[in-house]
Amino acid sequence: MREIKFDTIRDKVSKLCIDANCLLGDDVVKAFKDGLAVEESPAGKDILNQLLDNEQIARKEMMPICQDTGWAVVWVRMGSGVRVQGGELYDAIQQGVAKGYKEGYLRKSIVEDPLRRKNTGTNTPAIIYTDIVPGDGLEITVQPKGGGSENMSEVKMLSAADGADGIAKFVLDRVWRSQANPCPPIIVGIGIGGTFEKCAMLAKHSLLREIGSVHPDPFYANMEKELLERINRLGIGPQGLGGRVTALAVFIEAFPCHIATMPCAVNINCHAARHKSVNF
Amino acid sequence: MAKKITAPLSPETVKDLRAGDSVLLSGTIYTGRDLAHKRLTDSIKAGEKLPFDLAGAVIYYVGPAPAKPGQVIGSAGPTTSYRMDTYSPLLMEKGMRGMIGKGNRAQSVLDAMKKYGAVYFAAVGGAGALIARTIKAARVIAYDDLGPEAVRELKVEDFPAIVINDMYGGDLYKDGVAKYKKE
Repeated sequence: MREIKFDTIRDKVSKLCIDANCLLGDDVVKAFKDGLAVEESPAGKDILNQLLDNEQIARKEMMPICQDTGWAVVWVRMGSGVRVQGGELYDAIQQGVAKGYKEGYLRKSIVEDPLRRKNTGTNTPAIIYTDIVPGDGLEITVQPKGGGSENMSEVKMLSAADGADGIAKFVLDRVWRSQANPCPPIIVGIGIGGTFEKCAMLAKHSLLREIGSVHPDPFYANMEKELLERINRLGIGPQGLGGRVTALAVFIEAFPCHIATMPCAVNINCHAARHKSVNF
Repeated sequence: MAKKITAPLSPETVKDLRAGDSVLLSGTIYTGRDLAHKRLTDSIKAGEKLPFDLAGAVIYYVGPAPAKPGQVIGSAGPTTSYRMDTYSPLLMEKGMRGMIGKGNRAQSVLDAMKKYGAVYFAAVGGAGALIARTIKAARVIAYDDLGPEAVRELKVEDFPAIVINDMYGGDLYKDGVAKYKKE
């Protein structure tokens, strides 16, 4: 049995929270630059240039790209041959999130109850999803998820008869109704199949993919390409001021499905598409 | 070319602004988002004194990130505005003349803007580090217990924003998107 120290996990998670919030991925920066080449709207170009400037300032000063430093969504892939020495895995993650949000001067955005709304002051609890996998590895990914784009997300229980056209109609309608709210240019994560809650998790997980990557299944690769083109014909543009670059990417994750159902979830990410991973 | 304007806003300034105008805002503005709006509204209804003067006031929908040592404020970009729609007409009735956020407003807010003479600006969502550079002073003046949602008084210099809705019914979101819509 391989042992990994509690303190090591806590400290790495803390650093992931800070890095994910302050250092935007190269794929997103490239997508802004690619967007500049196709954007026709002067206001849209101006916004994309400001996002590039903002990314540079955040990187240089290690300050968050966006003041909404998000829910800390944490994805764990833990080998069955690993154990944590000196404490529990989930405690190490929660303590790491609290430490990172404090030491990185990140905003604490979590209230302890949805109706009574008192801030927990630590940005915990983190939301943790765990897969137990073969081997003795441990991979932890922190995905800070902003509230504004989360609010524009939705699950719909479609039927088999709705098919790919039904999915497209739902996705386009969801993006159209969102307009400027989720801070376009957006990344559109789509989960199809599974149960009601599974498809929502698929949609969220899909947002971890690198922008520019191609879906391994040609059927879905084609669907992603078509949806991206159609979304970018909606005219919403950067920050909803009108333009060509409404979305930077569409990601689909599909899963086996019950014969009676075809759930679909759309999880929208703002342009600050943040996630960082570490392997132990 | 951006118009240079000063907050609090005079009636003349509001009258001069049109949807689509770029502005550089200087002066004093106040932060407020969901819970602060609820408390301000409760205070107005109870006839209590407000933590700041609403006459000509500009409210910026933001919950900033904490300042690092030596910083005035952390990242400070706009939050989505529709969550404040319920509260905005009453604040305009009591003197508020400007709102800064992002995203579309309810018809009730647009109607109140025409009725009282007010303007809605958008700042660039997700450009919080860039925007923070235009904030020269920040202090909490009310509701400290709300943390990031506390009301802060901000001194800004050349804060960049764009007029989305003016007091004449102009709507940049509607016009801008219509120009590029193909589907």
